[in-house]
Amino acid sequence: MLKRLIIAACASAWTLTAVFAADLNIGLSADVTTFDPHFVAAQPNLTAQKHVFDTLVYVDERGRPIPGLATWKTTDSVTWEFTLRRGVKFHDGSELTTDDVLFSLDRTLNIKGSPGGYATYVRPIIAKEIVDRYTIRLKTAAPYGGVAQDLSEVQIVQKRAAQNATGEDFDSGRAAIGTGPYKLVRFARGSRIELARNDDYWRGRLPWEKVTLHILPSDPVRTAALLSGQLDAIEHVPTADLARLRKDPSLRLEQAVSWRTIFLHLDQYREHPPGVSGKDGKALERNPFKDARVRRALSKAINRRAIAERVMEGLALPAANVVSPSVFGHDPAVKPEPYDPKGARQLLAEAGYPDGFRVSIATPNNRYINDEQVAQTVAQMFSRIGIETRVDAMPLSAYFGRARKRDFGIALLGWGSLAADLALRSLAGTTNPEKGYGTWNWSGYSNPELDALIERSLATVDPRKRETIARQASALAAREMAFLPLHYQIVTWAMKKNLSYAARTDEFTFAHHFKPR
Amino acid sequence: MLSFILRRLVQSLLVLFVMSLLVFAGVYAIGNPVDILINPQADQAEIARATAALGLDLPLWRQYWNFLAGAVSGDLGRSFVSNAPALHLILERMPATLELALTATLIAVVLGIPLGLWAGLRPDTAVGRLIMGGSIIGFSLPSFWVGVMLIMVFSVELGWLPPTGRGETVTVMGIQLSILTWDGLRHIAMPAFNLALFELALLIRLTRAGTREALGQDYVRFARAKGVPMPRVLRVHVLKNILIPIVTVVGVEFGSVIAFAVVTETIFAWPGMGKLLIDSISVLDRPVIVAYLLIVVLLFVLINLIVDLAYTALDPRVRLAGRSA
Repeated sequence: MLKRLIIAACASAWTLTAVFAADLNIGLSADVTTFDPHFVAAQPNLTAQKHVFDTLVYVDERGRPIPGLATWKTTDSVTWEFTLRRGVKFHDGSELTTDDVLFSLDRTLNIKGSPGGYATYVRPIIAKEIVDRYTIRLKTAAPYGGVAQDLSEVQIVQKRAAQNATGEDFDSGRAAIGTGPYKLVRFARGSRIELARNDDYWRGRLPWEKVTLHILPSDPVRTAALLSGQLDAIEHVPTADLARLRKDPSLRLEQAVSWRTIFLHLDQYREHPPGVSGKDGKALERNPFKDARVRRALSKAINRRAIAERVMEGLALPAANVVSPSVFGHDPAVKPEPYDPKGARQLLAEAGYPDGFRVSIATPNNRYINDEQVAQTVAQMFSRIGIETRVDAMPLSAYFGRARKRDFGIALLGWGSLAADLALRSLAGTTNPEKGYGTWNWSGYSNPELDALIERSLATVDPRKRETIARQASALAAREMAFLPLHYQIVTWAMKKNLSYAARTDEFTFAHHFKPR
Repeated sequence: MLSFILRRLVQSLLVLFVMSLLVFAGVYAIGNPVDILINPQADQAEIARATAALGLDLPLWRQYWNFLAGAVSGDLGRSFVSNAPALHLILERMPATLELALTATLIAVVLGIPLGLWAGLRPDTAVGRLIMGGSIIGFSLPSFWVGVMLIMVFSVELGWLPPTGRGETVTVMGIQLSILTWDGLRHIAMPAFNLALFELALLIRLTRAGTREALGQDYVRFARAKGVPMPRVLRVHVLKNILIPIVTVVGVEFGSVIAFAVVTETIFAWPGMGKLLIDSISVLDRPVIVAYLLIVVLLFVLINLIVDLAYTALDPRVRLAGRSA
């Protein structure tokens, strides 16, 4: 009898632990290169690091900034005051203070050998003043509304642990002391990241005691690892496996419209853009893309719905704006250009190209979801209105360099941003190194009216007023076809039936946002 | 013997120098890694700052000179993406690749030679034909496909083996090894078999052909006529004589097994050097690319040296010093 009781007790204890002391195994789609949170601004690194480190500002599922380690207010147009939550503890038990915040902000500027990390987010801040243990005042040189958004990317490290730390110290975990929901147990580069729950996490206790992030860049393998039961969840479900996973009764999917917009840059500033010629191979008299009617014709020729439904297997939404629907500054009044090949031909004829011409679309083939196939499809759609189109696909390593040298007449690019005005500054602002405008403006598009709107929007500190102006800028860029938006990507997570995930527009995969059902 | 080894090492230094120069210029020609790694929101000044911080604004010859100066003192530079020395990144991954390559070679040798012998001794039996047919499959199926199939069958359908990753490791003399734990063995089984497949097929065919030839030789026939028992004939007369080409192939193949490990490592998410190289190329992480290739060349030189030394052990007629003179 007693024996039976013991067995029963053991059995129930076992089931209890199986329910509550659960482990979570997640498959990530890209390699994490370092655990130094300020070295390189790459999303896969941030995904892993944000389990260990917190930021002053959090971003909600829709991509909007919300209070994180701190709340903030603007006292005048150039002063941002951040007030820390009291009693937030680092993993070693010490309390978070503004000393750590100041150190972390400065570290992004001083870090050695970094290929361009987080300095961009801190550079606009010209003065940092510690008011007390919990209050820090940040001043910008000129009014700048993006401070909160920017600081959602800057992770706060512990001054004491990180002060003289090298990259190896972060990788080994010695300097990787944060306030985040998990403590770093082991960073096995290229293989996995083992995390243990931080029981003192300021947002409360989390369901997962042990979390392992597995690095599985190969798409079929990530899916197989989920199907085999090795993993509880995966990010970035490949389009090819979507149908199969959806049918599987033991799994469920969570989806969100991603912040990533895919679009085409059309060279609008040179007389003879590369790859553009007459059908006889001879150079055209002038650059056809300078004519708004031609840009409109190209836009009308693209069947965005077909791309979203067929090429992307439903993992996309036809786009009109520079940023996706839930992101700051999206103008819902701007609708995607309807598919109208007949109207497109007509516009081409009006513009003086009744027989069309020849172009070439450049695209990376390993960056965005089905990027090369999308370009191929657009090429066929262009050909249908008489514009003979070739596709020039290459790996990202070669692509960005050539694009920056302006080697392409039409180039495909994807952009994820938390604000339309910030995105437009890089993509459509008149190229101006002094102001930092137009860094990715491969179109060479230039419109003083748009520049003024972007400038006004970025200089507006009140978020509601700023968004109104940002929307106007979005609408103007869309109306003028500074570039041709194709679609917003949809991002998919797959997980075991008994889990749920609040799908995020910024594509991040966080163990602490998985919940048992 | 010693002078032979020394001469080899000097030759390999020359190879290392030329190769580093080629790779350096090649990666430079592809583009600027800052274009790929920079924070998208960065402005032009920030891009220029990052380029200068990595020394990429200098003329190519200056960059190469700086690299050489570092390399002579054993510093192959720091990775652009990992904030760690390139050499450290590679050495951290090397045990995983070597472990995989050695296990694969072991599987190929342990299975391949007996199977080849069998097929050579009984070429017309059903089993003999089956072995040869199987070896053709080993040659012709793409290893990527076989890898995915292995995962689908043994992990997804049967659930016997974990689909990806490396198992638990133990530290032996500062090196992380996974083949010494049960979990590690379960993880390495599929990738090692996948990697071994080609070499396995090669060894089967090679052993079979050698066995067939040796069996027809006078010394074998004489031994059998003399009444030497078959196992001894096989061991002393057949096997020993066909072993020289096999050792050559195993040696040369070991190099290509390491090189081909890239594919297997990618499929099974095995954290080896090959995967590191692929990742580094895709972001133009030049210090790691150059360091990786330097180390692989060194490895090849070393393997060839060992193969040459193995000859002398197997065939006393081979004299190293004489050959190199």
